[in-house]
Amino acid sequence: MADRITFVRTDEQRMLADTLREFLESTVDLDAVREQSLTDGAIDRDAWEGLRQMGLVAPHVPEEYGGGGFSFVETAIVFEELGRRVVPVPLLSSVLASAAILAAGSAEQKAQLLPSISSGERIATLAIFESAHDPNDIQCVAERVGAGWELKGTKRYVTDAPNADVFVVAADTGSGVGLFVVDGSSEGASVTPTLSLDATRPLGELTLDRVPVADDSYLGGSPNPEAIRTALDVGVVALAQEQSGGAQRCLEMSVEYANARFQFGRAIGSFQAVKHMCADMLVSVEHAKSAAWHAARSMDDPDELRIAVPLAKSVCSDAYLRAAGDTIQIFGGIGFTWEHDAHLYFKRAKSTSLLLGSVDSYRDRLADAIGI
Amino acid sequence: MTDSVDHSVVVDLAISELVAEHPPATTDAKEFWGAQFEAGLAWVDFPVGDGGLGVSPSLREVVSRRLTEAGAPMWNRTANILGIGMAAGVLAAHGTQEQRTRWLRPMFTMDEIWCQLFSEPGAGSDVAGLATRAVRDGEEWILNGQKTWTTLAHLAKWGMVVTRTDPDQPKHRGMTYFVVDMEADGVDIRPLYQITGEAEFNEVFFDDTPVPDKNRIDDVGAGWRVAMTTLMNERVAIGGRTVPRGEGTIGSAIGIWNESGSRDAATRRELARLWSEVEAMRLTSIRAAENMQAGVPGPEGSTSKLAWADLNKEVTDFTVTMQGLEGAAIPEGYTLEPTSYDTREVERVMSPQRAFLRARANSIEGGTSEIMRNILGERVLGLPGEPRVDKNLPWNEVPRG
Repeated sequence: MADRITFVRTDEQRMLADTLREFLESTVDLDAVREQSLTDGAIDRDAWEGLRQMGLVAPHVPEEYGGGGFSFVETAIVFEELGRRVVPVPLLSSVLASAAILAAGSAEQKAQLLPSISSGERIATLAIFESAHDPNDIQCVAERVGAGWELKGTKRYVTDAPNADVFVVAADTGSGVGLFVVDGSSEGASVTPTLSLDATRPLGELTLDRVPVADDSYLGGSPNPEAIRTALDVGVVALAQEQSGGAQRCLEMSVEYANARFQFGRAIGSFQAVKHMCADMLVSVEHAKSAAWHAARSMDDPDELRIAVPLAKSVCSDAYLRAAGDTIQIFGGIGFTWEHDAHLYFKRAKSTSLLLGSVDSYRDRLADAIGI
Repeated sequence: MTDSVDHSVVVDLAISELVAEHPPATTDAKEFWGAQFEAGLAWVDFPVGDGGLGVSPSLREVVSRRLTEAGAPMWNRTANILGIGMAAGVLAAHGTQEQRTRWLRPMFTMDEIWCQLFSEPGAGSDVAGLATRAVRDGEEWILNGQKTWTTLAHLAKWGMVVTRTDPDQPKHRGMTYFVVDMEADGVDIRPLYQITGEAEFNEVFFDDTPVPDKNRIDDVGAGWRVAMTTLMNERVAIGGRTVPRGEGTIGSAIGIWNESGSRDAATRRELARLWSEVEAMRLTSIRAAENMQAGVPGPEGSTSKLAWADLNKEVTDFTVTMQGLEGAAIPEGYTLEPTSYDTREVERVMSPQRAFLRARANSIEGGTSEIMRNILGERVLGLPGEPRVDKNLPWNEVPRG
């Protein structure tokens, strides 16, 4: 493709990354993040407020819907920086929900729903999964009642559910799976927080007990299972960026410590056992950056995306897990303590590899895409 | 040439003229390369007269692309890789004008093939510990010793050789670099048969081999510095290969999978995982090249040699495993024979077994993976080096074994 976005960042993109990094480093207190891990469903309100003020909640959403009107690359940079600092903000959820609305909604629905999500005024999320393995296993039903609908069922593993104002819910209409926009305060809707492995990204269960939904909250007014796939793919690309940012930060922490920590009269980084672990981490981190960036730049190329999404999931999940695990090893005893940051990254690495579908399920999709 | 001149315009013009005056379709390859050299399009960043136009090295890419598109013969760069890919850079950085004038043109036209003589049986990763002696005798130097892993030695006219000229100095200081005539007296070249049965490499023995002092590169005692320039060029020449997506050994793995008719889900997933790792490596090479071109090179430019070695071993091993018991057969068998360097062949097709065996060299040749990890750790990440027990010891007092 002649007009493909290259791997080289523009000056503006570099500036965006620098500005955001500076802001997050001065705003996000990892001690406070750790503290919040003991409670559930917490958000770093200052960071979220900052993202809102910088207009970084929806850089890729068209301007007419309150977004920044940029390519997905700008959004990708935001996720990379958030990943570097395991920032507890509901941006992934917001991006998932807006992607579903963009994919399935009518023009009126987009105009009505997206601006408040794009500005961060309302926190939205996507409620798809019921089983732990299969996004297509949907028991939740939408029944026609008068001029509207009634939703019944339970959605699980819903990111940021405890903080969400609005949910985009997948339900079986009898003639196919459709997407419905449900206000969290609706009668019959309730959220139970899930104790999450990675407490910096709260999960929850959404129970829908005959929740009434108006007809104009049925996105596109017809079943649209493809929109679910589209939204999940957007989420995977965002997560891949978060994973590569987190892995890069792990590498930096490891190298810094390997230079500073002395045993046997030498910096431990002078021992090949440690040095080589860092070198291997560097290789996989660089591969993760390439895979994540490639997916982000391919967002407007559906054919390429069929490969780029599972590729990013596969490569970035493994790279982050390896980097976060090796970081604990390099820090040794201190890396195993609650006081240290390493576990925040390790938990994030594991949970991101599981979110939105297993790594294996994406490898199966990659196998389909490359025709093996 | 001043900065105000738009270099790419100069290069564009030179390419157009070359192709117009020597149409690739009807011009003999050697004649074309000669004209390409005269036009300054051999190494475009070299000075005028030395096969260049004195412009930015980033324009090499442009020359390559345009000439490939024009159907020009390009295989001299692979068939004489040690000359065109490495020796040329060494001569540019350390040679005299007389040396460049004598050697560059016949190198580029393939009239003279080059080889490189660094490794020795006792000096592998620690190449600075090498023991081949050069002793001055008037206007000549007399070489004695053994070199190994010498690609193309049996076809080469010239060899880049690093020798020990002062054993009383610490190892890095007592070396001198020469260009040796591979057809001179006392040069004995023997094929070195490897794990696959073929011999891509040679052993080279020097027995009182004379080298004129005018073939010395840079100063007496400066050999290590010149060797470093050569090795930097080698890693550039070896790494950074970007084959098209899904080709190379991962392509043959997919071929084996498709032929097998297997539907085993775990094998299919593992194949997809390997495919994704290979593709991420390929994208990283592209990213490195783009960032380099844009003047913002990063660590992504240093990882490909190590990544490729590990991954290619894994992919080729997996390929043979997928064959089941058929993997225990090797179609071409083993015959001890020197590799035929059909100079036009870009990539030889190997059986999965041969590729599996050959891959073991990937983490050894051109710097072992252990050395590459040290380089990444120390030069890219900034970790401290290992303590070195031999650094300041005279070379002849360093323990060996």
